[in-house]
Amino acid sequence: MYNAGKIIPGLLIFLGLVTFPFWSNLGRAYDVPELVMPEAEEECVLAGDWMRANHMILLDDWRDLAVRDNKRLFTNDAGKRFDMSLTKTCLSSQCHANKDTFCDRCHDALAITPNCWDCHVVPTIGEE
Amino acid sequence: MLEKALQGNKAYWGWIFTLLVAIGIGFGFYVVQLQQGLGVTGLNRDVSWGLYIGQLTYMVGIAASAVMLVLPYYLHNYKAFGKLVIFGEFLAVSAVIVCLLFVVVDLGQPQRLMNVVLHPTPNSVLFWDMVVLNGYLFLNIIIGWAVLHAVKKGVRPASWLKILIYVSIPWAVSIHTVTAFLYAGLPGRYFWHDSLLAASFLTGAFAAGPALLLLILMIVQKVSDLKIPKEATQTLTKIITYAWAINLFMLLLKIFSAYYSQYPAKMATFDYLFGGVGGEQMMPWMWNFVFLSVVSLVLLVIPSTRNNPITMTIALVMVVFAGWIDKGLSLVIGGFIPNPFKVHTEYWPTIPEFFITVGVYAVGLLILTILYKVALAVQRENAS
Amino acid sequence: MAINRRTFLKAAGLTTLAGVAGHAAMELLTPGALEAARPESVGRFPEELTAKRWAMLIDTEKFTTAQTFQRCIDACHVLHNVPHIPGDKEIKWLWTDSFKHVFPDQQHDLIPEAIKNQPFLALCNHCDNPPCVRVCPTKATFKRDDGIVMMDMHRCIGCRYCMAGCPYGARSFNFWDPRPFIANIDPYYPTRMIGVVEKCTFCEDRLARGQIPACVEVSEGAMLFGDLDNQDSEVRRVLRERFSLRRKPSLGTKPHVFYLI
Repeated sequence: MYNAGKIIPGLLIFLGLVTFPFWSNLGRAYDVPELVMPEAEEECVLAGDWMRANHMILLDDWRDLAVRDNKRLFTNDAGKRFDMSLTKTCLSSQCHANKDTFCDRCHDALAITPNCWDCHVVPTIGEE
Repeated sequence: MLEKALQGNKAYWGWIFTLLVAIGIGFGFYVVQLQQGLGVTGLNRDVSWGLYIGQLTYMVGIAASAVMLVLPYYLHNYKAFGKLVIFGEFLAVSAVIVCLLFVVVDLGQPQRLMNVVLHPTPNSVLFWDMVVLNGYLFLNIIIGWAVLHAVKKGVRPASWLKILIYVSIPWAVSIHTVTAFLYAGLPGRYFWHDSLLAASFLTGAFAAGPALLLLILMIVQKVSDLKIPKEATQTLTKIITYAWAINLFMLLLKIFSAYYSQYPAKMATFDYLFGGVGGEQMMPWMWNFVFLSVVSLVLLVIPSTRNNPITMTIALVMVVFAGWIDKGLSLVIGGFIPNPFKVHTEYWPTIPEFFITVGVYAVGLLILTILYKVALAVQRENAS
Repeated sequence: MAINRRTFLKAAGLTTLAGVAGHAAMELLTPGALEAARPESVGRFPEELTAKRWAMLIDTEKFTTAQTFQRCIDACHVLHNVPHIPGDKEIKWLWTDSFKHVFPDQQHDLIPEAIKNQPFLALCNHCDNPPCVRVCPTKATFKRDDGIVMMDMHRCIGCRYCMAGCPYGARSFNFWDPRPFIANIDPYYPTRMIGVVEKCTFCEDRLARGQIPACVEVSEGAMLFGDLDNQDSEVRRVLRERFSLRRKPSLGTKPHVFYLI
């Protein structure tokens, strides 16, 4: 190989840089954030376990169904009905009224910033 | 072959550094635009496209004009263009990249750019513009690179390349046609709503494009060992002359149908652009356009001034600049002023908008420089 | 990030040839992901107002005072968190303009002073043949079966092609972040983000919950809203009895906002 002396160290440096997020977090324990659950409501729209992993998919589906298909009424397996609305249902005073102690705790711990709140307003806080 | 762009003299690196600085400044302003929104531009509710989309339109024409070298060389075996075709194709590559970048900097939500692909919408001309521009980009990259490789190895280009070259000829026409359709298919925008628009776009492009290419090649000739064959210059300037004459003829057709019919909405934009009705910002530019167009046409039509290197160069600069005023500035602005309510809201680019535009052009020039550097090096090796 | 994941899923779905195969692929990648979208579990409110073809009538004779206009505009702009941005980068869903601007082709020098000086309401015409929908490269704006021209602000890339396409100036672009320009944010309607286009939606979210558009509700009869497809509807009855104008009919867009003269 031509210039092996330059290419191989170059590749190593490159690999080191692109894998930085992995090895820099190696061995660091993930503290499961403590979430404040709603007091008034016991059940989420779907099973809690499923929601924990897939709520973003549900919200995306709700978004498209409401905006594009004009379908806004959700009936879960137990036959309970919900308005398919982030602010009117999920973030209502009955449920996750406090975004800080519910949504943000996990999102912050995972270092992700969903852009839902660029537009949607948290009712109890008013302006974000 | 790309490594050949890494060898150059001080002037070469100085030029590269200048371009990088311009790109850096443009990028800095773009970050501001991303964070604060397109409010940092001069665009407004009435004039919702401006400098960026104007540059897109102009540069699509520059890209399409490569066909003026490709067609005579590959279809008519016109040997004088032999060495120059590759420079036309590489100009097309960098011009198309500039076009795509201007689309991106114009978007309000560039992060969602891929929605155009994820939700393909064949009824939108913009969807087709995306398709033809990307197609043309890849065609020219593949053709240019493969031809250059063949030159480097001293062999004839592969036969499959011929097919791509033949495809690239109507494709070049398509990119400017589809770009014209962006405008020509809108109801109530009378300045654009013109079945001749695509045709006049092409004639303008076939004048300004080869003119720009010739000017660039004259600079390249100064700083490298490239020799532009005299015959090639003469043929190209003739092409430019005819295309430019037809382009100006089409403009006169438009003015006739507006004013003889006395159709108010058709006259309104010309009244604004040339007459200063409702705002005088564009008027000096438009009369400059008239001056440049007429003088350049005269210089090009008369054989002695067309063949004299100095007057020819002046004429070419004038064509490039007049073409830019026509398509890069007045076309987009004129389409929006007056607005559908007959209200005149004027637009002028802001400083961030200007530097972002310069930055995008610098990206194009950087790509062009690198591609030309490679092409020149390969041609030199092949000659020796 | 949820959004990227969905994007990836959609791309995966695209490359799969048939819808069935796409469904299977998504089930494979994220089992149960489609469960939420099961058609039997989503529907419409029983109280939803429906029509085959919604249309709006503006009775210009009943708009006599500035307060009537303002009441309608405020109802709309407050409800939908429309920001007040001064200057030529403004945002408006429902606004007033003079006769010569709203009906430029009907304008002449000798029309009565009263009409010359009277403001006229302007808004999205919810055309039957909308140029904005034709030009949108992402289907972010689309026409519903009931005639409403909808805006999916989640999908809009901000290319502003629809603004060039609309001959009624009904579309506004968010040049700036709108939130600082909204006096009181209504938490039950989203604001918009930088870089998307917005416009009147005929209050489709209110219709879905059984309410008529906000401007019509507060207009005290100066605006009517109903099903143009239904011969017996009030809008049809009034259109039979009174002379009406539409904006720029010569463009073939077939607007569905009618001005009673």
